[in-house]
Amino acid sequence: MPKDTGIGASTKRREDLRFLTGRGVYTDDLSLFGQAHAVMVRSSVAHGRIVSIDTAAAEAMPGVLAVFTGEDFKDVGGNPAGWLINSRDGTPMREPKRPVLAHGKVRHVGDAYAAVIAETYAQAKDAAQVLADATVIEELPAVVDMRAAVANAANRVHDEIPDNLCFDWGWIEDNRAAVDAAMKAAPHVVTLELTNNRLVPNAMEPRASIGEYFPGTGDYKLTTTSQNPHLTRLLVCAFVMGIPENKLQVVAPDVGGGFGSKIYHYGEEALVLAAAKRLGRPVRWTAERTESFLSDAHGRDHVTKIELGCTKEGDILAIRTETLANVGAYLSNFSTATPTFLHGTLMAGPYKVPHVYVNVKTVFTNTAPVDAYRGAGRPEATYSIERAVDKMCRELNLDPFEVRRRNLLTPDQFPYTTPVGLVYDTGNYQATLDKAIELADVSGFEARVAESAKRGKLRGMGLSTWIEACGIAPSHLVGVLGSRVGLYDAATVRVNATGTISVMTGAHSHGQGHETVFPQIVAEKLGIPESSVEIVHGDTAKIPFGMGSYGSRSLAVAGSAMDRALDKIIAKGKKIAAHMLEAAEGDITFADGKFSVAGTDKAKSFGEIAFSAYVPHNYPLETLEPGLEETAFYDPANFTYPAGAYICEVEVDAETGKVDVVAFTAADDFGNVMNPLIVEGQVHGGVGQGIGQALCENTSYDENGQLLTGSYMDYAMPRADDVPFYTVDHSCATPCTHNPLGVKGCGEAGAIGSPPAVVNAVIDALHRGGITHVAHIDMPVSPNRVWQAING
Amino acid sequence: MHNFDFVKPSSIADAVAALSSEGAQALSGGQTLLPTMKQRLAAPDVLVSLTGIAEMQGVCTGEGGLHIGAATPHAVVARDAAAHYPALAALAGGIGDPAVRNRGTIGGSVANNDPAACYPAAVLASGATVVTPHRRIAADDYFQGMFSTALDEGEFITQVIFPIPHKAAYVKFNQPASRFALTAVFVAQFSDGVRVAVTGASNNGVFRWTEAEAALSSDFSAKAISDLTVAADDMISDLHGSAAYRAHLVKVLTGRAVTAAR
Repeated sequence: MPKDTGIGASTKRREDLRFLTGRGVYTDDLSLFGQAHAVMVRSSVAHGRIVSIDTAAAEAMPGVLAVFTGEDFKDVGGNPAGWLINSRDGTPMREPKRPVLAHGKVRHVGDAYAAVIAETYAQAKDAAQVLADATVIEELPAVVDMRAAVANAANRVHDEIPDNLCFDWGWIEDNRAAVDAAMKAAPHVVTLELTNNRLVPNAMEPRASIGEYFPGTGDYKLTTTSQNPHLTRLLVCAFVMGIPENKLQVVAPDVGGGFGSKIYHYGEEALVLAAAKRLGRPVRWTAERTESFLSDAHGRDHVTKIELGCTKEGDILAIRTETLANVGAYLSNFSTATPTFLHGTLMAGPYKVPHVYVNVKTVFTNTAPVDAYRGAGRPEATYSIERAVDKMCRELNLDPFEVRRRNLLTPDQFPYTTPVGLVYDTGNYQATLDKAIELADVSGFEARVAESAKRGKLRGMGLSTWIEACGIAPSHLVGVLGSRVGLYDAATVRVNATGTISVMTGAHSHGQGHETVFPQIVAEKLGIPESSVEIVHGDTAKIPFGMGSYGSRSLAVAGSAMDRALDKIIAKGKKIAAHMLEAAEGDITFADGKFSVAGTDKAKSFGEIAFSAYVPHNYPLETLEPGLEETAFYDPANFTYPAGAYICEVEVDAETGKVDVVAFTAADDFGNVMNPLIVEGQVHGGVGQGIGQALCENTSYDENGQLLTGSYMDYAMPRADDVPFYTVDHSCATPCTHNPLGVKGCGEAGAIGSPPAVVNAVIDALHRGGITHVAHIDMPVSPNRVWQAING
Repeated sequence: MHNFDFVKPSSIADAVAALSSEGAQALSGGQTLLPTMKQRLAAPDVLVSLTGIAEMQGVCTGEGGLHIGAATPHAVVARDAAAHYPALAALAGGIGDPAVRNRGTIGGSVANNDPAACYPAAVLASGATVVTPHRRIAADDYFQGMFSTALDEGEFITQVIFPIPHKAAYVKFNQPASRFALTAVFVAQFSDGVRVAVTGASNNGVFRWTEAEAALSSDFSAKAISDLTVAADDMISDLHGSAAYRAHLVKVLTGRAVTAAR
């Protein structure tokens, strides 16, 4: 019988009522007395030297209050990269300054070099056009293609970086010779060159920021579309603006999706704060959709050559990859971690492959910055491995299911130390594979192939067995790997006098459902109704110092912190109960919301204990503080390792090249599941984005660095009719061994595991249809590309 | 968007008068014009709405076939033309999404003549008549290349009259992002022959594939065009499809339209 409350119940998302009825309060919904409007002036060329900016005409326009240029910020700090990566030769990465507003040079189309503040948005917009017309930018050749970027030393995104390389990273460099030798000795080597297509995050809510300054106290307030307000505060204060951290409040109210793009601090946030101070008025900015396309941090954009050495029977002996990873024009906050420690460390996949070496050259180009996007590095690793394994099966005429079975780690091998630096704590990859095979009705596939053929369609099946590292992240480990921040999280549990609970969490919900799931855990542990629990998040003035939400970390890290804080609440409650019940503390037990004296019927309810803590008329004040509020910080001992098996079925119309995903099965191991309904929703969304990447989405710049896919007229988002009804399962759970809830995280899984399953299915369909010359098609596998592959 | 004045005449004569002033721009459903104005790529002084004129609304049968008021939204055509001209109704029902179909109008689409729009294929394949306040224009004379029509400055469409074929079908292959026609074909079989109009494919906008028309007029079956080829020379080549791919699609979709024709 499914539970209807607490851990494991499919409680419906309480936040959805306000979101679906238009009652959410997003940054742009706020209207402040005296507010002024900012419009950014953005470069229309990809690369250029700013010769002159004549602000006079714009400043004279009606309603204009101020004009800012890069000159106004030349003496403040830059927006830093959060991870220091060293090159193979030990030299640190090249780290050019990322200014609030471009100064000296513009480096991508959409790079903001000025801002206009006016009484109304329309006035600011008018003046921004006048300012753009009064700016002279000497256009320089654009660096767009990564291969050309590293080959053409004369053409530099940053003048001081001669080869446009941020770093040349080897993982693990000491293993390189052994991997090379293993590859050379392998009876068969599969080679595949592939592109992991660049994606625009396309959060439904565009970025928006409002800056306020309070001259009476010298305090600042930033309301912004952020996935982690404390990190934004830290970056704005300590690195960019020099504001003391205690003088800036950062609030991220309802946020309409992020997918990674709102982890980072952006220049507009510093701009509105500086403008608010100069004008003594609130200053607001909201991106237009075009600005989102041009200036949000994009995702993926790898070009990879993968080699896979194996036996003729399909035992994987060695994997070696060389990747060019685009970081765009500037280093966004996580941009150096994404192609390295979120990518190279996953290159063993779920397999017992003894030798793995990863080389990543990260390249500056005159394009928008690239950073973590749902999955972040792990989809790129998974795609490379699973496409190569699929190609191996085809070259050696092996069954893809059997080949996975031969190579998957077995349950008795955990904890397992990979050759790329991770320790997988637990898993049962055979179980998820078996479950996927069962749910996808693999045995009935041939009949479906025949049925499709009657309708003139080629049917194919694709498999992907994948692993990811989530619950980001153990600080001790990421510190060794170059992270400049800790990645713990924090929670404060405040029991109110009447027994209701407020949980202040460092996690940030921008679609995940924390407001529903976190109370389920509290309700389970304290034996109180879910409706008695409220989650407070997204405001640095209210919550403990947490690190926000990304990397499928909310439950595994912030949820664990909350669990620890709840333990402290229960421990203190026992002390209070011992006093009230005149028993020894050691004799007090807590269950079902009651503190009892063991072996007796003497008990106090949780509410009575809470009331006593705040109305301490009969209370052990000599030994115990009044009040019932506890904070815990939690730093994970390891990453968590969700894993699973995905099976995709497609139909290909060989005449037009159109691919339809007709079935998709996801069997995941997320460890313990707190709310199955929300987990299924997360998988649906993730797989939808994975299908989007595999079939639809592409970000295309022309040779001059102009964004060709700058609107929904040309950027193909997946729509409801592009995806099938999913079959989703998470019953094969091996609980995480090192966090108190046994959870692993589910937010990114769908986007990580699905793209190779889709592409493998397309190749399978073509081969089954006799089109055997097509070994690979780069994503997005669009109709035109499929048709060209068939006919090329 | 820049400031503009807005007028909404209730008669064709008043609309003609309003559109005779300099800087005036006709507005129907606004599905192209309003986004263009929002992006500040168009800034008319006066918008003259054509949606308040009763005689430009609705679908009815009359002399020469099906009469459709130019300001009739796609959703109304999809509903009210279904009994008379199912292929045309299906085309209207496949444009954009519900919001687009309830705002966008046939007159707006035909006047704009977007090279990837659906309606021009129906108008051309049906041999329809485009009616303006001053004259009637045959479809074959009306379309003059991408975004270009026989309409004079200030002239607007009041009605489109569609002869009703024995059989017809419209088969659209979506551009993956915009869901406009990457290529689409409208085939209409009349007693005096077959007309085939192609949209989305050509740099010159909607066009008739006359070789296919000849072949299909003698044998209305997909195999009748199996030996024909479509030249890629004038085809659009972009991110979503090469010229050769579009040329290929013209033939594939024509065959499918013939098979689907009812």
